[in-house]
Amino acid sequence: MTTIRREAVPGTSTWDNISIILDRTFRNNIVTSALILIVLLWTLPTAGLLVSSFRTEEDIARTGWWTVITNPHLTLENYQRVLDEADMGTAFINSLTVTIPSTIIPISIAAFAAYAFSWMEFPGRRLLLVFVVGLMVVPLQMSLIPLLRVYTTLKLNGTFVGLWLAHTGFGMPLAIFLLRNYIANLPREIIESAQIDGASHFTIFIRLIVPLSVPALASFAIFQFLWVWNDLLVALVFLGDTPVVTSALADLVGDRGQDWHLLTAGAFLSMALPLAVFFSLQRYFVRGLLGGSIKGG
Amino acid sequence: MDQISQAVLAILLGVGGMGFYFFASNFLLDRVYAAETQAADRAKKRIRPWLFVAPALLSLTFYLVYPAVDTFRRSLFNARTEEFVGINNYVWAFTNETLREAFRNNILWLLIVPLFSVVFGLAVAVLADKVRYESLAKAFIFMPMAISFVGASVVWRFVYAFVPPGRPQIGILNAIVTSLGGAPKGWFIDVPRPWNSLFLMVVLIWIQAGFAMVLLSAALKAVPEETVEAAKIDGANDVQLFFRIVLPQIRSTVFVVYTTIVIIVLKVFDIVFVMTSGQFGTEVLANRMFREMFRFVNFGRGSTIAVILMVAVVPIMYINIRRFREEELVR
Repeated sequence: MTTIRREAVPGTSTWDNISIILDRTFRNNIVTSALILIVLLWTLPTAGLLVSSFRTEEDIARTGWWTVITNPHLTLENYQRVLDEADMGTAFINSLTVTIPSTIIPISIAAFAAYAFSWMEFPGRRLLLVFVVGLMVVPLQMSLIPLLRVYTTLKLNGTFVGLWLAHTGFGMPLAIFLLRNYIANLPREIIESAQIDGASHFTIFIRLIVPLSVPALASFAIFQFLWVWNDLLVALVFLGDTPVVTSALADLVGDRGQDWHLLTAGAFLSMALPLAVFFSLQRYFVRGLLGGSIKGG
Repeated sequence: MDQISQAVLAILLGVGGMGFYFFASNFLLDRVYAAETQAADRAKKRIRPWLFVAPALLSLTFYLVYPAVDTFRRSLFNARTEEFVGINNYVWAFTNETLREAFRNNILWLLIVPLFSVVFGLAVAVLADKVRYESLAKAFIFMPMAISFVGASVVWRFVYAFVPPGRPQIGILNAIVTSLGGAPKGWFIDVPRPWNSLFLMVVLIWIQAGFAMVLLSAALKAVPEETVEAAKIDGANDVQLFFRIVLPQIRSTVFVVYTTIVIIVLKVFDIVFVMTSGQFGTEVLANRMFREMFRFVNFGRGSTIAVILMVAVVPIMYINIRRFREEELVR
């Protein structure tokens, strides 16, 4: 859909043409102002947080962040303090420790499975696939209590390994679904000609499928990265006292809920990495979004 | 530094382990059936798919299927799963005062959040389509999707910040209220329940509108130009054009977006946990379940709440599976 264009028609009076142009400008102005309004509404909250994180403790507590325009007095002290006092530095590294394996392990597992679901014959293949699609919407809450009990027995509570495996399991249905959608649609001839050349499934997978599927792998990687980095619930349940950025920030809200100089800096620290990943790889993220929901016909 | 080196080692071990399994298991299979006979070939063909899917199926079974069954079982038992109590926990869930409040709030969330997320997402998708700086405008709306619910909650807690009257307000909402001559409000305390929950819902709408926008924008662009042009020639105005021509063609995407957000809303936890911890009448099911688990250590009641959430998603699960099968048949 493009802008509705009513071109000035030759032969009609100048007045008519002017009114058409006015009409179009007016319409465009409405569109533009409505859009700007929504964009402002969506951006201002984050802008306030970001600006405040660079203001002094006193300024934040005494004046609104928008007064920064008349009183531009900025500092990095809040960041220093939130790293020291709230242990955000440790939390940041813990989050990285949790997130990277929790992203890569499910990708490798799901890619193999997605290949088998696409290009190998075995009994029950379709049924299993339907089952995976069903599991995509099962609420995480259904898993928490039994896993907590099992983890206590296995002494996995509070360990990184436990959390990696949990995120692997929870991310698996979407991973298989996304990757299979992509891998099953690769051209049949490529795979068949490799088979004729005597390549085994394992070789085909490693040499052909993985390189060809990089866009889909990247889509899921970004998804899973953002999901794990931003997760609070799973970390709270299985990681106990080891802080990650989300749980550290939640604690900060609980303990020092009015210390906005710490909260704003802490919040921005927790957001910096996902925002950077998101904006540099937005294309893949969007592709994943479009492929990840059960499409309408 | 020690923490970092541990982390790196852990990452290498975890990721290396997976690579090793796939390589070794395939290598082993080829070794065991090394003979160039038809029987060996058949055996390899039969076994190999399961080597490929085994880790995935194992993790699905251990992390989703088995716990789901066990959660259902525990919902029929008492706090520490020692004594069978039948449907007592369910009776409790539907009669307890705070639980009923949580149900009421969850229903309000379900009625409001998906609807407004879709409306805002659709509005931006339509409006941005008409301007030159489309992708820039969309990036701004999209940005909240990248940050955590906890981060988003802090962002909005700051918007709602309250300073007693007489001093300058630091939260932008109260600043606007006072500049218009009103008295500053503690939004969760001074606004009567259940409407104070609206201030929590705003956070989720703020996050989900971007998701709705991306999917709907793609659907809008797929609407054939001819259908729009034809309607224009027939003299349809913009409003008619949108509701009679465009909307019917993106109906199925609207439905997908809507149901996806419904599932997210059902499970909403972080926002409530961080902003109010369910106080002031803002409790929701997922937050209550967390409290049953850790505060009251009542696994029976916690499991019951989980089962109720599960039952609520079953219709969507059914629809998704049906759609998936239809698509597969077409393929």
